[in-house]
Amino acid sequence: MDLFEYQARDVFERHGVPVLRGVVATTPQEARDAAEQLGGGVVVVKAQVKTGGRGKAGGVKVAKGPEEAQAHAEAILGMDIKGHVVHRVMVAEGAAIAEEYYFSILLDRSERRLLAMASVEGGVEIEQLAVERPEALARVPVDARTGVDRAKAEEIADAAGFGADVREQVVEAFQKLWDVYREEDATLVEVNPLVRTEGGDVIALDGKVTLDENASFRHEDHAELEDAAAADPLEAKAAAKGLNYVKLDGEVGIIGNGAGLVMSTLDVVAYAGEAHGVKPANFLDIGGGASAQVMADGLDVILGDEQVRSVFVNVFGGITACDAVANGIVSALEILGDSATKPLVVRLDGNNVVEGRRILDEAAHPLVTLVDTMDGAAAKAAELAAAK
Amino acid sequence: MAIFLDDSSKVLVQGMTGSEGTKHTTRMLASGTQVVGGVNPRKAGTSQDFTFTTADGEERTASVPVFGSVAEAMEQTGANTSVLFVPPAFTRAAVVEAVDAGIPLAIVITEGVPVKDTAEFYAYAAEKGTTRLVGPNCPGVISPGKANAGIIPADITGPGRIGLVSKSGTLTYQMMYELRDLGFSTAVGIGGDPVIGTTHIDALAAFEADPETDAVVMIGEIGGDAEERAAAYIRDHVTKPVVGYVAGFTAPEGKTMGHAGAIVSGSAGTAQAKKEALEAAGVKVGKTPSETARLLREVLPA
Repeated sequence: MDLFEYQARDVFERHGVPVLRGVVATTPQEARDAAEQLGGGVVVVKAQVKTGGRGKAGGVKVAKGPEEAQAHAEAILGMDIKGHVVHRVMVAEGAAIAEEYYFSILLDRSERRLLAMASVEGGVEIEQLAVERPEALARVPVDARTGVDRAKAEEIADAAGFGADVREQVVEAFQKLWDVYREEDATLVEVNPLVRTEGGDVIALDGKVTLDENASFRHEDHAELEDAAAADPLEAKAAAKGLNYVKLDGEVGIIGNGAGLVMSTLDVVAYAGEAHGVKPANFLDIGGGASAQVMADGLDVILGDEQVRSVFVNVFGGITACDAVANGIVSALEILGDSATKPLVVRLDGNNVVEGRRILDEAAHPLVTLVDTMDGAAAKAAELAAAK
Repeated sequence: MAIFLDDSSKVLVQGMTGSEGTKHTTRMLASGTQVVGGVNPRKAGTSQDFTFTTADGEERTASVPVFGSVAEAMEQTGANTSVLFVPPAFTRAAVVEAVDAGIPLAIVITEGVPVKDTAEFYAYAAEKGTTRLVGPNCPGVISPGKANAGIIPADITGPGRIGLVSKSGTLTYQMMYELRDLGFSTAVGIGGDPVIGTTHIDALAAFEADPETDAVVMIGEIGGDAEERAAAYIRDHVTKPVVGYVAGFTAPEGKTMGHAGAIVSGSAGTAQAKKEALEAAGVKVGKTPSETARLLREVLPA
C-alpha cells in the first residue's frame, strides 16, 4: 500500500524524522484555515496524489498567505494528474531551500536484500539521474537484520559525498528513516527532496512510503491509512468479502483458483478474445477452498460488473476437489437466483473431476456450459461475451 | 536421483499439529513419504495419529512423534527435510530454528510472511550456508514415487524424466497434468513472494546435474527479474532442453495479482520482457500452458 505524502509526513514525524508542519485540506476553505493555523505566512499548497510529476502538472504552488492558499487549493482540488483526481491538498510550511538531496531505502528483489540509495543531487526524477549520471547516485546494500545503524548511515553519507556541514544531520536522518522502514514494515521509504534550508537545517520535504500488506497483522493502525474513496467500488466490495480481486477493463469475467492459474486464464482469454473483440474483465483468485459461499461471493462481485457479458470459471482441483467446486457453483447459482443472468463457462480438471463434471451435467443449469479444456473454455467464454 | 528430495528424505513437519499441517501431513504420508516427526514445543513427547489410504488403496495408520525442537527431532529421527506450516507471525522464528539446527532442506509453505521477515531469515540461512530454503508462499517439492514435501497433489502424475520449476502452485499442477503421461523427476514450487530462497536458477542448475532429468519446464510470472536472470543462466550453463511459460501478459501496471511478488512496477517485471529474455536465450516459450506442454514434447530427446 502506497501512502499519500501527508501520511508519509505524519509517519516521519512520529519517528523523529525532521519534517515541516503540514495540514491536509479537502476544501479551499480548509486550506485557508490550514494556512492560518500555520501562522499566516508563506505556505506551499501540494496536491495529494499517488503519482509523480505533480509540480510539472501545476499541482504544487507557493502561496504568500491564507487567501492565496485558498485560491491555489481552489485550482488544484479536482485537478486530474496522470489519471489521479486530486481530492485533498496538503498545506505545508514554506522553506528557503539551499540544496536538494535524495535518499531511499527499498527492497532489492534481485539481490534479496535491502538497498539504500542517496545523492547530493536530489529534487529531480531519480530514475533519470540513475540513467544519466549513475555515479551521482550512491547505492549501498543493507542487511535486513542490522539495518541502517550509525556506521551504515555514515557509509551511505560518505558514499554519496555529503559535505561536512550536513553530514551529522543526514546521518541522524538516515537512521530515523530506517526506523520508519523497520518499525512500519515498509518496502519503500523515499525522501525526494531531502533539503538543506538556508538556515542550515536538514529536512525531509517530500516523502513516499510503501507498506507491506503482509505485515498488517502487526500494524492495526495501518488500516486507517487506506484510501477507501479511491478504490474501485467493485474492488472495495470484493475486499470486504475477503476476495482477491482486481478490476480490469473487459467483458469476460474470470474466477479461478491460484494466482498463477488466474493470471494465465486472463492471458488465454485475451488471446481467445482477439477474434471477438473482447477482453478479460477482472482477476479473481478464490484460492484453495472454493466453497459455495466463496463461489457465490465471487460470482456476485463479477455479475455486479456492468461490463461483464460472460463468466469463465477455471479451476484445477489440486487440493480442492472438483466435486466440491461443482457443488459450490450449483449452490452459488441457487443463492444468487434471478440475479445470475450471464452465461457461465466452466472448466474443471484434476482431483475428482469426473464427479465434478457429473454434478454440473446433472444440475443442467441453463446458464452453465461445461468445456473440457482451458483453451476451449476461454474461446467459448469469449464467443458468448461477443454474442450477447 | 531427482533433485532436492528423494526416497531417502526423512521429513519433519513444523506446525504439524495445526489444521493445515495435519491435513497435509496425512497427504504426504499417503503418498509414501517418510514423515518422521512434528515439531511443537507445547506438545513435545506426545505423538499424533494419522489414518490415510495409500496409492494402492490400502488403509493405514501411522503414529508420528512430536518433538520440542527441530534439533531434537533431527537427533532422534535423522530428519533431513523440514516442511513449515507455521502461521506468518511465527514463520521467521521457525525458519531460524530450522537453520540453527542445520537441517539441509527447509520448505516454507506459509503464505503472507512479511517480506522483511523473509529478507532476514533468507540472509541468515545464506550466511550459515547449511540449509537450502524453498519458499515462502510455495506448494513445496515433489519427486513423484519417491517423496512429497509440501502440498502438491501426489496423484496427478508419477515418476518420469521431466523437471519442473514454477513460481505458481496451480500452474505447477496444471503442467504436471498436461504432461501426466510422461511423468516428472522432480517438481519444485519456488513460490510467488518478492524474496524467496531457492530460485529458478538453483533448480535449473540441479536439474542440469541430475542424470534422471532429460528436459525442464520453467514457469514464471510477472514481477522482479528472476526469469531474465534464469534466461542468462540457461544460455551460459544449461545444455538440457528447457521450455518456458510466463503468466501475466494482461496484468496492469502497479496492481498486485494475487501473489505478493506478482506486480509490474513501471516498465519492470512485465511478462513480455521475460518472454523475450527467455527466447533470446533459446528457450521456447508457450503462449498457454497447453502450448507449453506441446513445446516440451517437441524438444524432448528421443
